[in-house]
Formats: sequence, C-alpha cells, structure tokens
Amino acid sequence: MKEENVIEVNQLTKTFGDFTAVNAISFEVKKGEIFGFLGANGAGKTTAMKMLIGISKPSSGTAKVAGFDVYSQTESIKRNIGYMSQKFALYDDLTVKENITFFGGIYGLSRKKIKEKREELVSELGLENISNKLVGSLPLGWKQKLSFSVSLLHEPKIVFLDEPTGGVDPITRRQFWEMIYKAANQGTTIFVTTHYMDEAEYCDKVSIMVEGKIEALDTPKKLKEQFRVDSMNDVFLKLARIPSPTLPKGNGENIDRN
Amino acid sequence: MKTIGYIIQKEFKQIFRNKGMLPIIFILPILQLVILSNAATYEVKNIKFAYIDNDHTSTSRSLIEKFNASTYFDVLTDFPSQEKASSAMLAGEVDVVLEIPHQFEKKLLKEKTTDLSITINAIDGAAAGVESVYVNQIVQSFNKDVKMNFRNTSNKIAQPVTIESIPSFWYNTTLDYKTFMVPGILVLLVTMITLFLSGMNIVREKEIGTLEQINVTPIRKSQFIIGKLFPFWVIGMGLLTIGLILAKVIFNIPMIGNIILLYGFTSIYILVILGMGLLISNFTDTQQQAMFISWFFIVIFILMSGLFTPIESMPKWAQLITEFNPIKYFVEIVRMVMLKGSGFMDILPQLWKTLLYAIIMNGLAVWSYKKVN
Repeated sequence: MKEENVIEVNQLTKTFGDFTAVNAISFEVKKGEIFGFLGANGAGKTTAMKMLIGISKPSSGTAKVAGFDVYSQTESIKRNIGYMSQKFALYDDLTVKENITFFGGIYGLSRKKIKEKREELVSELGLENISNKLVGSLPLGWKQKLSFSVSLLHEPKIVFLDEPTGGVDPITRRQFWEMIYKAANQGTTIFVTTHYMDEAEYCDKVSIMVEGKIEALDTPKKLKEQFRVDSMNDVFLKLARIPSPTLPKGNGENIDRN
Repeated sequence: MKTIGYIIQKEFKQIFRNKGMLPIIFILPILQLVILSNAATYEVKNIKFAYIDNDHTSTSRSLIEKFNASTYFDVLTDFPSQEKASSAMLAGEVDVVLEIPHQFEKKLLKEKTTDLSITINAIDGAAAGVESVYVNQIVQSFNKDVKMNFRNTSNKIAQPVTIESIPSFWYNTTLDYKTFMVPGILVLLVTMITLFLSGMNIVREKEIGTLEQINVTPIRKSQFIIGKLFPFWVIGMGLLTIGLILAKVIFNIPMIGNIILLYGFTSIYILVILGMGLLISNFTDTQQQAMFISWFFIVIFILMSGLFTPIESMPKWAQLITEFNPIKYFVEIVRMVMLKGSGFMDILPQLWKTLLYAIIMNGLAVWSYKKVN
C-alpha cells in the first residue's frame, strides 16, 4: 500500500508584478518523509514555502497541504502544520517557559497539556536550569532547538523549517538533525530548506530550485547517480551554475525516469 | 476566549518587563500634566508697565498708584520722555506705556473729560488684547473714584446715572485657567500614550519577525487584535485614573459630573484611538514610520481639538474638519462632565459620534490586518 501524500503541489506559481518568484513548481511529499527543499539564495524557496504555510496567496497553480487547499483553507492548514522561520521568532523578552505556554495557548492546547508539554520539552532539551531565563539571553543553537520544539508543540502533521541551522555550530547541527529524525520517526513530515549540502544527504527526498523552478527532484542517491558526482554539494554546484538544458520547465519529469 | 487570555497575559508581561517603556507610559504623562497645566496659560501676568507723567499732580499719582496696586502689572519706572519709552519698548523692556498729558487734573476738574495715551506692544495680539482690557478696567475704576471724589467736593451736582454690568462666571467662577486646562491635558496624555503604544506595538512584532510566526498559527484575526489591544485599553483607563487623581490632589479641579459617565465615554474613546493605532501599524513596516504617521495625526488633532484655541474662532472649513476629530469630542466631554456636571443626555451627541467612529476605525483596522498576503 502506498503511503499518503501530505503535500501535493501542482504548477504552483507566484509572481510579483513582472517578476516570477516561483515558476510552476510541482512535487509531492509523503507522510513521515524528510523533504529537503534546496536552492541558492533568491531561488524562491522562502516564497514557495510561504504559499504552502498559508501566509502568501499563490498567483496560480494548485497545492494541498495536509489535505487542505492553499487558497481557501489556509486556517485549517495552519492548525496542522508547524513553522520555524529563518528569523528567530520566539519572544526574546519572555522566558523559555512563557514562550512555550504562549504558543501552546494560541494553538488551543489545554492548560494541563501545556504543563505536560512544557515539562517534557524543558527536560528533553536539558533546559531545567534556565527555563525561567529570558529567551533573548540564550545562545543561538539553544534558541533554534527550542524554536523547533515549540513548532512541534501542537503535534502538527507537517513541520516547515526555513534554514533552521543557519549560523549554528556543527555539534548543535548534529543534535538538531537528531531531533528532526526523531520527529520524522514519530510520523511528522519534515519540510526543510538548507544551504548545508551535508544536511541534504540526510533527507529522504530533495528538490533543488534554480531561479524559481525546480530543476531536480529525487532521492539524494539517485541525484548523485544522475549527475555522476559523489556528493550533493557537486549536484548543487552543477545545477546552480549552469541550468541544465536537458531539463524541461522545472517539474522534474524526466528526472523521474532515471 | 482562552486564546485571547494567553495573548493578554503575554502582552502585559512584555510591557512590564520593558524597562525603557515603563517610565514613558507612567512617569512622562504625570510630568506632562503637572508641567503643562502650569505653563499653558491664557492669563497674562507680570506685565512690564511704564509711565510718562507730564502732570505731576495728586490725581495723576493716584492713577499710577492704581496700576501699582494691580497684581497684573509690574510698575517699572517713569520715563521723562516719549523717546525714552519708545526705545525701551523696542528693547523689550516694557510691554505697556501710559502717558498722562499736561493739565490732566485740571481738565478733569473743569471739562470733566480728558485723554490718556496708552501704547501696547502687540506682537502677541492675544496678549495685547488682554493687556488692553486690564488697562481699561483700571482706568474705569479710577474714573469711578474720581466721580465720587468730585461729588464730595463739588456742591453735590447731580451725577449721571451709570449702568454697570456685573458679569457672573458660571462653572469656573474664579476664571482659573487651570480648571480649564487640566481636563484638556488629561485628554492629551490618554490619547498620545495609547495611540503611540498601540501603533508601535504591532509594527514591532513585524520588525522582529514574530508576527509572521503568529500568522502561521490558527489564531483568529479578531482574537489576536482584541488580545493585543486590550492591555493598552487598560493602560489608557489607568492613565485617566492617574490623571483624575492628580487633577484633584494637585490642582483641586472639581468633579461635578458623574465619574462613571466619564469612564464610560473614555472606554469608547480609547477604542477609537486603538483602532487608529492598529490601522497605522497595518500600513507601516517599521516603528519609525508608525511613529511619524502617529505624530502627524496627533499634532493636527490636538491643534484642532479646541484644547488650546477655541473651535468657534476657526474658519468655517476648519470647523468642518474638526467634526472628524475624535479628540475634540473627548475634550468637550471631559470639560462638560468634570466642570459643568453634564449628564448622560447632554453628552449623547458626542457619544454617538465617538461610538460610530470606534466601529469604523476598528472595522477598517480588522479588515486591513492580513494574515495572508
């Protein structure tokens, strides 16, 4: 039995005036998958992600996230997803505990559930000693781990991570990916953008965006075979430098043949 | 409802944790009330008064003595000549010069009439007007004394009957300008603080990126907005309370009307201002822009509110504009309720307009707040 698709994107496009930020992208993500959404700066990753999480209206195309339409059911989508933005978006002037309580509260968790989650999360992250400290005083790596945990508070079906490990040291990065794996094993789908190609290797499936289009879409292993290189880094460099003339308009159909 | 509670809780924590903001919210308004109420005055006092006495008689001296006795005038010197007086006025040393002509006493006795020359520095027209009134009052009262004296000395000639009007000043019997200004300045601080705080608060979340995080949650627009604005509504009401207490304790301003009525009106009025703040924050991206736009509106609103200058003396088109000024209504109501003791029916017209304003402003604000771009 095939596993269900939790994200289905078809010809999704976003234009700002004359500029096409996202050009007819199509892909699917299965439940529990770690989907790496790669691309150079300005390739349109964040814009695409904003359409999927329901804070930006697509110009054309269709997409369903957790079974809900990105045009008409954005609020239902929001109930079922978690999101961690590029910018650190917890409140610096609230403590660790207060941030957890606040976000638990606005996702509508019960008081009891919030308390449970808070204690669980604080002990998992080893933040017992500083749980009453302002978040603004924590080191970036801790902030990012906390931010990820908060995005999972309401047990979403899918969690969107926009460059979650930017500026974070290698050890924290490793721990972060362990957290991602753990969440994926529990059935949460992970949609992650990154600039670290070693992280791309950890993903179940990877898409690479170049100038608004998806130029490659497959497992890391198959992509490396297709481009006859040893690492995702080289795959990325090949694509990002010279957009391959053999590839069609970015829905990645002919890659699937390989 | 529960969701709103979480937002309100968070907002209050953030407000009271912000050590830079707290004094601005609570201390500055108090300073403003105390300083402005004492400084913003229509009363003209300490008028620098000089005279040229060409008569040197007991009558001319008694006139000068009248000015000396007045609390409004600081009698400086007598000038020997008009030129000296003119150059002193040019140098700003003198505001009012009284010139008593030759044979002042003689003419007064014989012809029963004489002229006095009064020169007033009228660069500030309003002040000059007030000074002219003061001078006239003194001369009038001098006139009366002279008549009485003459009646005593001059063979009981029948005196012309004079009609005297005795004004009675209602609501502010002692004509104390503070009674008039303090309620107005109270309006000013409630308005400014709530507008600036609400306008900047949501833009701040835009700037630091937390608003995007909020927009990705299933929170409803109305929940978020109510949760965001409620704390500032509370602060606004708190400021009113502080202001009323100061008004009573420091300035002894009467509270003739029903205080609950005043609170009731203010609670609606603050909604107008908060809606405005939210609207501004929806159309701006940085706190700087929000601050600038808020400032622009607040200056216009204050200058056209009747707080400092009466609306009745504005040109017709300006009076029309003031109809759209919420501060005008609040100024009117505060003065009416505190000083005149106006009741519910008296303030009904302003109440309706303010309520309508609140609905429109908040409607626009909610409509223009977009979770999806």
